[in-house]
Amino acid sequence: MSALAARSATAAAPVIAVEGLAKSFGPVEVLKDIRFDLRPGEVQAIIGENGAGKSTLMKILAGHLQPTAGTIRLGGEPVKLAGPVDAEHRGIVLVHQEILLAPDLTVAQNIHLGREVRRGLTLDDKAMNRSAREALDGLGAAIDPRAVVGSLSIAQRQLVQIARALLVPHRIVIFDEPTASLTPHETEALLKVIDDIRRRGVGVLYISHRLPEVKLLADRVTVLRDGRLVGTYEAADLQPADMARLMVGRDVSKLYPDRAAHAAGKPILEVEAMRVPGYVRSASFTLGKGEILGFAGLVGAGRTELLEGILGLRAAEGSVRLDGRPVRFSDARASMDAGIVYLSEDRKGKGLLLQQNLRTNLTLAALDRFTRGALLSPAREEEALTGAIRDFDIRTRRRDLLAGQLSGGNQQKLLLAKMMLLDPRIVVIDEPTRGIDIGTKEQIYRFVAKLADDGKSVIVISSEMPELIGVCDRIIVMREGLVAGEVSGAAMNEREIVMLTTGAGEKEAALAVEGTGP
Amino acid sequence: MSDAATTSATPPAPRREIDLRAVAPFVALAALLVFGALVNPNFLGIDNLTNVITRSAFIAVIAVGATFVISAGGLDLSVGSMAAFVAGTMILFLNAAPVEGGVPMIALAMLLALGVGALCGLANGLITTVGRIEPFIVTLGTMGIYRALTIWLAEGGSIAMASRDLRAAYRPVYFGDVFGVPIPVLVILAVAAIGAFVLYRTRFGRHVMAVGSNEDVARYSGIKVDRVRTITYVIQGLCVAIAVLVYVPRLGAATATTGLLWELQAITAVVIGGTALRGGVGRIWGTICGALILELVGNIMVLSDLVSEYLIGAVQGAIIIVAMLIQRSLARR
Repeated sequence: MSALAARSATAAAPVIAVEGLAKSFGPVEVLKDIRFDLRPGEVQAIIGENGAGKSTLMKILAGHLQPTAGTIRLGGEPVKLAGPVDAEHRGIVLVHQEILLAPDLTVAQNIHLGREVRRGLTLDDKAMNRSAREALDGLGAAIDPRAVVGSLSIAQRQLVQIARALLVPHRIVIFDEPTASLTPHETEALLKVIDDIRRRGVGVLYISHRLPEVKLLADRVTVLRDGRLVGTYEAADLQPADMARLMVGRDVSKLYPDRAAHAAGKPILEVEAMRVPGYVRSASFTLGKGEILGFAGLVGAGRTELLEGILGLRAAEGSVRLDGRPVRFSDARASMDAGIVYLSEDRKGKGLLLQQNLRTNLTLAALDRFTRGALLSPAREEEALTGAIRDFDIRTRRRDLLAGQLSGGNQQKLLLAKMMLLDPRIVVIDEPTRGIDIGTKEQIYRFVAKLADDGKSVIVISSEMPELIGVCDRIIVMREGLVAGEVSGAAMNEREIVMLTTGAGEKEAALAVEGTGP
Repeated sequence: MSDAATTSATPPAPRREIDLRAVAPFVALAALLVFGALVNPNFLGIDNLTNVITRSAFIAVIAVGATFVISAGGLDLSVGSMAAFVAGTMILFLNAAPVEGGVPMIALAMLLALGVGALCGLANGLITTVGRIEPFIVTLGTMGIYRALTIWLAEGGSIAMASRDLRAAYRPVYFGDVFGVPIPVLVILAVAAIGAFVLYRTRFGRHVMAVGSNEDVARYSGIKVDRVRTITYVIQGLCVAIAVLVYVPRLGAATATTGLLWELQAITAVVIGGTALRGGVGRIWGTICGALILELVGNIMVLSDLVSEYLIGAVQGAIIIVAMLIQRSLARR
């Protein structure tokens, strides 16, 4: 894969160029004086922290938003993009980060949604299935066009979405964090797809938080910070650490906190022969006091389901002992009362009420602490919000915003603050930094380390191996609903973990690590 | 691209505009008062207005309960039938005259009505939560059940209060007043005040909002979702029973048509009041305002010759649609 980036794009005339681009929402200026150009056959990465303005820029380029100032030139011609449909007619397609497909329709029906092929008055399913198959074959995806989208994996749906976007004639493809919810293997496959698109002479704009990926794939890198352009660089000249520094504006080479190697304290949580029907066949592990325990594995290995089963969030059976005493949690309330909190990987769906304000979200799980009798005390809640904004560095323009209006990183901080109000002894964090920029990542890692230093125990579930290795004292690897093994100390490296997650031999593991590692 | 893509690109609505939505029903109410005064000079008379408010009591009280159910993401279509059923059982109890004395009898009958209402609501709640069935279907079913039970109890006719003395003793609950304020008006104020207190100021109210906003988030936050949902239906049942307590002395009978289409009016009042049908936003005083608007519209139609009063149902139906359109446009701006 590292050969990908080596091929630099030809210095042809840019397919798209913007100059002096600015965007304000009311008095808030989110983009200012942005300039860059994209050449045909080039992958250009756009990187920046959450809130740096990447999404706004992409939405302007795809016609969803109108710029307040500046010009956009397509093939040298200044254009005004009237809307997403207009942008698409001009050959600009956007592949959204979220999956926007109808789950009950088939792959072909989704790909042709809104542009159905008809024969006379009726739909020509044959033609649509054929063209969908061709589109998917073009991406190297072995997906049956007649399959129902709801039955596909996230990665497969992503490919269907890409096939759908590429069905219209295009000169420019914009990818908005396409790998955010993919496993390393799936990511690798997707990067190949994008490379193929580049080979066809199409200009690709690529947004991602995963800097090693950017290094592998991109020809040039444009960095945004606080809505301004930091610069455009040749990817060959930058290391991921340089990119991080440019994004954050300070040195973040030390992403992971130092942690004194220490013996795990006495066992606090002991899980034996846990079974979660449909997900986990059998799993046992022990968590010590003051320990940070990682859970690695591919998506679908059953990590989230195991922890949800233990904490009473889904049906499960097996033996759980807390401080040596057998316990059985019937729901989240029961596990919270026992001092265990779970921060879901699905922040928007299971973590926060996006339509409610910050205060309501913050106190929701620990509402008992803010009542006198049955009566709520808004003043004490406000106090808690002030404390949370300070302690967790939640960056918000106004404190009466809705949770959904915060950036991903700040949502994660709010969710952390919410669960910490319960004063837990054991904290389970699922994908703590998914979709979060590097500056916030560092803060979250430091916070996790501090929890352990304070004698609390932490379980981190993550698909990012460097993160697990950087943060955890010990890592349990799951595969297909079973504990495949455990690594700690010197054995805690990507090769060992990949071997366990995939069940592959030494050689395959080494290959996989080279393909996706930093 | 697709429609979904377009909406996801719209910037989130700033806070100020949500407040606009909360104010809208009161603006509509004021506009309606002005319009009524222009159409008929008698409209703004104290007598007419107290009359209107008094008559809105049933729907207003029921709609307060509906605000809880809808805020929690549920729906109750059975309220009209339930009202008929509760009224029927209450009158049958009074007619059976199991205890001596007018006042104790009535008090006991009231307790029974509240109990029956709560049980009807509990049934709705348990079937919805334990059975994991859409509330639309559950309450559509119980709507039929409660209605048929009433007709069966009435043997196809009507259930009327038999005792003249009891009627006289119970009459003031609808027709009486305290310092000139009709008792039904006081009942509206009391129920709304308690409802607003519970919904806005207590832990349970916060839980209702959370469940209606996003059930999963509520569950992951340690809220007992099923219990909260069920209790909202019980509250709805109690509100129906309270409405019945005021309704029975008015006519002294329950028939097959008692409470007909009340569910439409209650849900309309809630929606006009600014509560979101998808849950997560509840506005008690807006609901009261909505119930008043419905009754005022009927009153204006009677006092004026603009539209035939036989079309009241059509106008009320149109109002719920227009209210939704206004809410939608306020949300988009």
